[in-house]
Amino acid sequence: MSTDAATSRTPPEHPVTSPLTIDDMTVAYDRKPVLWNVDYDAPVGKLVAIVGPNGAGKSTLIRAVLDLVPRVSGVVQFFGQPYRQQRNRVAYVPQRGSVDWDFPVSALDVVAMGLYRQIGWCRPVTKKFKELAMQALDRLGMAAFARRQISQLSGGQQQRVFLARALVQEADLYLMDEPFTGVDAATERAIVDLLRELQTQGKTALVVHHDLQTVTEYFDDVLLLNLHLIAAGPTEDVFTVENLRKTYGGKLALLDQVGQRIAVPETR
Amino acid sequence: MVAEFWTYLSDWSSFDTWIVVTAALSAMACALPGCFLVLRRQSLLGDVLSHTVLLGIVLGFLGSHALLVGGWILPSSYPAIQKAAIFAGAIIIGMITAVLADAVKRIGRTESSAALGVVYTTLFAAGLLLIRLAADHIHIDADCVLFGMEETAVLDTVGTTGIPRSAIVNGGMLLVNGLLVLLFFKELRLSSFDPQLADTLGLRPGVINMVLLIATSATLVAAFESVGNILVIAMLIVPPATAFLLSDRLPFMVLWSLFLAGFCAIFGHIFALTVPPILFSRMGWPEVDGARTAGMMASVAGICFFGALLFSPRKGVLSKLFYHWQLQLRFIAEDVLGTIYRSQETREPPSKQALVFDPSLRWKQRLLTMWALVRMKQLGLVVQQQGEVLLTAKGTSLAEAIVRSHRLWESYMARHLQLPDVHLHATAEWVEHYLDPALREALESELDRPQSDPQGKQIPAEPVE
Repeated sequence: MSTDAATSRTPPEHPVTSPLTIDDMTVAYDRKPVLWNVDYDAPVGKLVAIVGPNGAGKSTLIRAVLDLVPRVSGVVQFFGQPYRQQRNRVAYVPQRGSVDWDFPVSALDVVAMGLYRQIGWCRPVTKKFKELAMQALDRLGMAAFARRQISQLSGGQQQRVFLARALVQEADLYLMDEPFTGVDAATERAIVDLLRELQTQGKTALVVHHDLQTVTEYFDDVLLLNLHLIAAGPTEDVFTVENLRKTYGGKLALLDQVGQRIAVPETR
Repeated sequence: MVAEFWTYLSDWSSFDTWIVVTAALSAMACALPGCFLVLRRQSLLGDVLSHTVLLGIVLGFLGSHALLVGGWILPSSYPAIQKAAIFAGAIIIGMITAVLADAVKRIGRTESSAALGVVYTTLFAAGLLLIRLAADHIHIDADCVLFGMEETAVLDTVGTTGIPRSAIVNGGMLLVNGLLVLLFFKELRLSSFDPQLADTLGLRPGVINMVLLIATSATLVAAFESVGNILVIAMLIVPPATAFLLSDRLPFMVLWSLFLAGFCAIFGHIFALTVPPILFSRMGWPEVDGARTAGMMASVAGICFFGALLFSPRKGVLSKLFYHWQLQLRFIAEDVLGTIYRSQETREPPSKQALVFDPSLRWKQRLLTMWALVRMKQLGLVVQQQGEVLLTAKGTSLAEAIVRSHRLWESYMARHLQLPDVHLHATAEWVEHYLDPALREALESELDRPQSDPQGKQIPAEPVE
């Protein structure tokens, strides 16, 4: 990134093959911008960590590209097309806290939910689809817990159920929101193995990640975020002390101030 | 008293049967959307709708009346159009309620129950006001609307069939709701559990939400005449909430709620006939000779809920207490086995007195110990010889597992936490009850197969079954 503001820059050219292309995306909650002008192209077949401090807009980035949060501006494309036309190729793993785990469903039921689009409206979940769900659970070492009601699973097991649900969608791009948060060592291992396996199949994963210690070990690529895109690219180039200092060294004071002003305009 | 009970039921007529059938149909029709409202934590929305649709009903009433007076419709088709207008009015107001509440929440930045409260009271008040204003032209009895008149609703029958109109309306509503739930079961489940995933999969949670809202509003109108809008909330929420306690799969929850709805209707009417005369005449109020079925249904539903709260196999309060009690007994029994094993290692086997009156035990634990000894003798784990308690072969292998768990854990803690030896014992005493053979094996191999614990006591080998 250039530090010279006077240098004129041409708008980025996005490769059409990229699993995820974000062009000049700005996102606001209740008027207040929380992500400014993000330009990004996800590389094919890479594991990408999304890294940044709390409130940097990491989850918002994922939720905004999936149309779960309205965008103020910007164009998002998956494999060169809008999300609506590429739903089949994208799987989302939300944060574990986003659902009610007391809900009366089994682990298998939850995994089968990933297939509902494939099954189609008004059709029941047949044996064929239950078997697919079972296979996905088995790949995460969860076959023995398939019949358990989901509140009777540990936090790590619940996370694995969510991953199995994404896996069963057979997507080409996986967007995961903090899958490593609050999980046991065995689950962390299982998630890493799964990510590697997906990668060998040529799939891409964008993962919101908190543990800076493991970024270089687990991920090829990194996306540093703090209200705006700080840097993105291969881990060895981008995951530098200098870039981390920019990411974690506090928000850009004026960016934050202008955001506040937009949220609460001063009365005249 | 039982005889008295039967005398009050002896004049059961087809009239009573129809009351029960109508009540059951309306309660079951309510239970279906109710299940999903409860699971979405939107129970309050059901209550709100049950009140705001009143405005829709009155508007439908007035609208169709105006059409009649204006000569737009024939008097012969008036009753049918009036019914349709009432349903349409209720559904539209139901949707307006949800949209308004959402807008108030977003614009006014209030929490969702406050937003619902604002919309609820405003629209309900408007409905009541309209009833008063229109009282000269139309006949709506506010009392009937609020509390329902099961007993008079069944008098309005269709032609010569003798089937009450309200039974047909509620039955139809049950059928419609049943079909909706069967058809959209998977979509309802997903949009209730994880609307975000439904959204990303393109399964339109917003549309499903609206369908549920419309079905709820229509059901409420159908159930109005028979149950009344205060008590309809009981039928909408209480059977599903009870079913939630009794099941851990959605299909079973739906079936349970239907069963409970029917149960409430049957016993609600039976108790309405019998309880007031039997109970209140004894309390010196003979003038109270009958209660309304709807009110009694709500009471039965409430009793069912508290029953489930106490006795539900997995979620019940008493079931949990029972589970903890069993766990406590197992712990005590395992402690006793461990104590006998340890004293056999060094000295003579202990006497029963020594075990029970161990000075470190409290009185409750002493009672439990006595009970555990009796139980273990029955199970062939210990034998008593001349006042001494001895372990059998079966008891010895159980005791070995416990002592092994205890000493392995002490060794593990001693290695990883710099604790004085005296602090190791208490946690090991607690953890020993939770270790299984696999965990013991993992501990042993991590510790490079130690022979003895930090105090130099021998760690028993893993017992063979």
